[in-house]
Amino acid sequence: MQDDSTRRQFLGLAGSAAVLGAVPIVTLRPAEATPAMLASAIRNVVGEAVVRTGRVKLEVPPLVENGNTVPMTVSVQNPMTTEDHVKSIHVFNEKNPQPNIGNFYLSPQAGRAQISTRIRLADSQKIVAIARLSDGSFWSATVDVVVTLAACTDEVI
Amino acid sequence: MASALINVPKKAKRGETIEIKTLMSHIMETGYRHTAEGEVVPRDIITTFSCRYNGAEIFRAELFPAISANPFITFFTVANESGKFEFEWTGDRGFAATASASITVE
Repeated sequence: MQDDSTRRQFLGLAGSAAVLGAVPIVTLRPAEATPAMLASAIRNVVGEAVVRTGRVKLEVPPLVENGNTVPMTVSVQNPMTTEDHVKSIHVFNEKNPQPNIGNFYLSPQAGRAQISTRIRLADSQKIVAIARLSDGSFWSATVDVVVTLAACTDEVI
Repeated sequence: MASALINVPKKAKRGETIEIKTLMSHIMETGYRHTAEGEVVPRDIITTFSCRYNGAEIFRAELFPAISANPFITFFTVANESGKFEFEWTGDRGFAATASASITVE
């Protein structure tokens, strides 16, 4: 009888330990896009193609006071003809909760490969703009931005 | 409600490259903010924007939470013929808005 009860106690303890062990497993979502997420977001767009530096001009103020609205202009050196034009412009960031900022699809009749918008930056970080050309090549520009007041992703409202 | 600001030149010379500026009033709630009770404020953003020039699509954008509130987007096109630009925004919670502007090309 003595053996039986200890066995029962042991099993009970083991069972509760297993339950306790299971509880503290909490799924943690990264609060910011990691460089790995940035790299995989870029891979989703370019696939296995080589991304070369150049031809793309990414204009963002180097020092930003308010990360909630940051003016951004991307332009690509390109004649914009039917044979040679920019098909799309993709903009990424390093440390916002999500690596994508925007995808912009141009037509050969655009005349000038340039877009502007206003973006949010949650931290001082790197911005990457990538252009896809009609010949299938990819060109990029990278800019470092210092943000003094971040866009409040954790803000309580 | 949804209101748009569109800036397209009224007149252009044939073949001239013109700039088109658009702004749509929208909160662009990121989905990453919390209330005082700790609940996540659900995402509510514009996800796509497109522009058609006399029926043909000349520009399209996919937007993410990293685009500021009241999305302001500018782009270029060559003015080939007189006609109409039609703009369309769609987003979360069934958001849909349209606007248009006309141009005279001489």
